[in-house]
Amino acid sequence: MSVAILKPGLLTTPQDLGRRGWTHLGIGRAGAFDTAALRIANALCGNRRGACALEITLLGPTLRFQSEAWIAVTGAPVRLRVDGVEHATWAPIHVPAGSTLELGPIRNGCRSWVAVRGGFDVEPVLGSRSADANARLGPLGGRPLRAGDVLETGSETVPGLCFGPDRRTHRDRTNTASGHPATRWRADPRPWFVDDPNRPLRLLPGRHIDTLAKTSRMHMFSKAFKVNVDSNRAGLRLAGPTLECVAPVEMVSEGCVPGLLQLPPSGQPIAFGPEGPVSGGYPRIGQVAAVDLPRLAQLKPGDTLRFTPCTFDDAVHAFEQRERALIRLEANIAARLSA
Amino acid sequence: MAEFSIEPLSEDSLLLRFGEGIDARTNARVHQAARILRAAGLASLIDIAPAYATLLVRFDRFAADGEALPATVARVLHTGLRRDGGYAVDSGSTPRTLEMPVCYGGDFGPDLAAVAAHANLAMDEVVARHTAVDYSVAMLGFAPGFPYLLGLDPALQLPRRGSPRTRVPAGSVAIGGAQTGIYPRELPGGWNLVGRTPSVLFDPLRDPPCLLAPGDRVRFRPIDADAFARLAGSRV
Repeated sequence: MSVAILKPGLLTTPQDLGRRGWTHLGIGRAGAFDTAALRIANALCGNRRGACALEITLLGPTLRFQSEAWIAVTGAPVRLRVDGVEHATWAPIHVPAGSTLELGPIRNGCRSWVAVRGGFDVEPVLGSRSADANARLGPLGGRPLRAGDVLETGSETVPGLCFGPDRRTHRDRTNTASGHPATRWRADPRPWFVDDPNRPLRLLPGRHIDTLAKTSRMHMFSKAFKVNVDSNRAGLRLAGPTLECVAPVEMVSEGCVPGLLQLPPSGQPIAFGPEGPVSGGYPRIGQVAAVDLPRLAQLKPGDTLRFTPCTFDDAVHAFEQRERALIRLEANIAARLSA
Repeated sequence: MAEFSIEPLSEDSLLLRFGEGIDARTNARVHQAARILRAAGLASLIDIAPAYATLLVRFDRFAADGEALPATVARVLHTGLRRDGGYAVDSGSTPRTLEMPVCYGGDFGPDLAAVAAHANLAMDEVVARHTAVDYSVAMLGFAPGFPYLLGLDPALQLPRRGSPRTRVPAGSVAIGGAQTGIYPRELPGGWNLVGRTPSVLFDPLRDPPCLLAPGDRVRFRPIDADAFARLAGSRV
């Protein structure tokens, strides 16, 4: 089954859970900026958790489906229309053969994930279907989708789930009365999409946190930072109070991971995204907690953010708790879909 | 026995530290530790990535042995180092040495003259010194397949350019401070370009995708423009 890109949107890329095992060659993870949202979108399509979806940015694409399909959209709220009829996000949606899926602008947040039943079967590169635009690596050379691209769907499904005509008939019958062709149920976006710009991001202390001048250290957690326009999946450049170290930090390049907060000589920190460099030699003042990386994914240029200190143990605890909740949700969705 | 420290970097990554600064001894320890950890075949390990003085370990905290991984890494490393008889002993693996043809100067190395002037040497003396050494690949980073090479003759050191070039051609062999490296693809960059190799350092569709791996040895062999054209034309 193929899906044609009629309009590409602002920045639409294929993404899965990213690359593993290539960091020693200078090749990073890439993958969905919010891997939890990707997994939920895949669960809603009865896919394996690492199936390839489309990550859309600020303005969604318009796609034409050659054959019928099931899709699901998670992440930031976005208007979703199939042949002009509005549908709910965070739910499995049936898309009839020949129909057009339009994804509108994202006003609250920055990114959403569009999964299709079976996953998008783009060519894997180094074990992943993720585009790494920064490294020019991935299917289609890592470039974003363009009008005229045609993507095939794959077979990355979980066996035993019901996506046949029965489900569709049932759904159509259920929804005719309400006049709103939404599915019978949808997953609760909370707590997976946090709609509270004032809630600070939890920050683990970086190795060089103690080299910050006293006022800088204070400002780091008391002042707001603004996301610069030159931010992307490699990193969010933050504008705020200039942060200074008491003395120049002597260090050589060492490994980096998504969420790392580096302080270049400008005094304006950079928070690394999934396409961030795999090594870097600037002072490390913090690490965004893994549970708050999805919120980093939703920040767009002009948005403000604040940090709050977090201990390593608390961050690990929250991360483990979230994983348990995510596994429960995946299981609940699968149970619904096998009914 | 010499020690290392283990620092959590994030919830699912660690940084193992074997020293500070850029020196061959520390870097050799990093590669030795990487070999020991690779050989242990821990299921939750995702990545083992050497840098100059540190080793990045990415792991899956939710895999079967994930939660215990930091402790496992420490144990495996201590055991492995004891078996190797400590650091700086040849731990049974002889590094590969790759010869890399390089056309120096001219359009291929527009900064060769600047390096020569700074070193107060003739250009062919710079080439002679640059090709006289077996370099070791300390780490790959900056871009896929970009090797940071240790072993540059101190006389050839030259600080990075004041304003970086927006486009450095693929294969450019460059000097940045005390380091020398090779641009695997066309990239922006501020290092001084002394020559260019027709060898393809990075091709994502090749297995392995990178010509060089951490711990490899590299020796440059000077070639002329004709040889460059011939080699560049014959590559697939």
